Amino acid sequence: MIDFIWLLLFLVGIGTALLTGKMPAVSSAILTGAEHGVELCFGLISVIVLWMGLMHIAEKAGAITFLSRLMRPVAKKIFPSVPSDHPAMGAILANMSANILGIGNAATPLGLRAMKELQDLNTKKDTASDAMCTLLAVNTASITLIPTTVIAIRMQLHAQHPTSVIGPTLLATFIGTIAALIFDKIFRSWSRRSGRWV
Amino acid sequence: MQQFFIQISEWLLPILVCTILISGFIRRVPLYNTFVEGAKSGFATAVKLIPHLVAMMVAVQVFSASGAMGILIHWLTPVLSILHIPPEVAPLGLLRPISGQGSLAMMIQVLKSKGPDSTTGVLASTMQASTDTTLYILTVYFGSVGIQKFRYALTVGLLSDLVAIVASVFAVHVFK
Repeated sequence: MIDFIWLLLFLVGIGTALLTGKMPAVSSAILTGAEHGVELCFGLISVIVLWMGLMHIAEKAGAITFLSRLMRPVAKKIFPSVPSDHPAMGAILANMSANILGIGNAATPLGLRAMKELQDLNTKKDTASDAMCTLLAVNTASITLIPTTVIAIRMQLHAQHPTSVIGPTLLATFIGTIAALIFDKIFRSWSRRSGRWV
Repeated sequence: MQQFFIQISEWLLPILVCTILISGFIRRVPLYNTFVEGAKSGFATAVKLIPHLVAMMVAVQVFSASGAMGILIHWLTPVLSILHIPPEVAPLGLLRPISGQGSLAMMIQVLKSKGPDSTTGVLASTMQASTDTTLYILTVYFGSVGIQKFRYALTVGLLSDLVAIVASVFAVHVFK
């Protein structure tokens, strides 16, 4: 999929340049594109280093445990098939908390641990269980408190208000997460009613 | 209204830093060393992004410099103007669920041409931040435990991406 899109961007771009006669611009875009990619990543170092340092303190201070405790009642509702004292519930909660706090490199290992625990509860080992589908719905939508990478890039490009995206992002991810949970519930009851494992 | 929200956003970061430091101090976390320990991995994270962003930036800049982006945007304008979506952000929205780095490159392109503080720039930023890369997450998570039948997970993921992207338009208007 990604191969196809990458190729398409190049082919359509160079094809269009043939027709529009913008080949010199395309030629220099190839080189400046690479340059910008590297420059922007170097610019990101400052914010990412700062953020990961701060979040390590937050993690050690028990932020994930704290948030997990807050969200336990909600998680019980959205994961009805997971027993609340099963280790899967703990991993799910930790994964959701890490996602909200934007501790990206903690969220993925925690999410994978949750998947492993859910696989233990799963009766059909090659097919996704209800709870797995819900976990993925929550993860792909994910409420975001501070969009670090985006803020860092905005700083790089000299935004006057790099953090002005925090509010809109919080609202948009909140709506997205609610929608994901609703869709998940609809599709789950459809697959139940039709009696097949779609 | 906008000034008010910008102010909240600008207060949020200092407040967050204080909260983290104070709660760490109360819990007797060695603040300085913990910070340094965590920050170390930040450098590697940023550097790991370089090959991805170079690949995508080159492709997106070729697409844009050739005039292809302009033509695509021109085609999309009549449909999107009904929904009050600036057509410049449409390629970003299309790419978002498939490739996080690809849409990031698109976002950078929009911020450069329209300005990071313009409504379109803020919208592009919000869209990028509003959802995660569904295809990637599904592959990694299901792959890790050997699930082959995803059932409805992909449909749900893509539908909620669509909602999140439309919600970004709404959210940016709310905070304006």
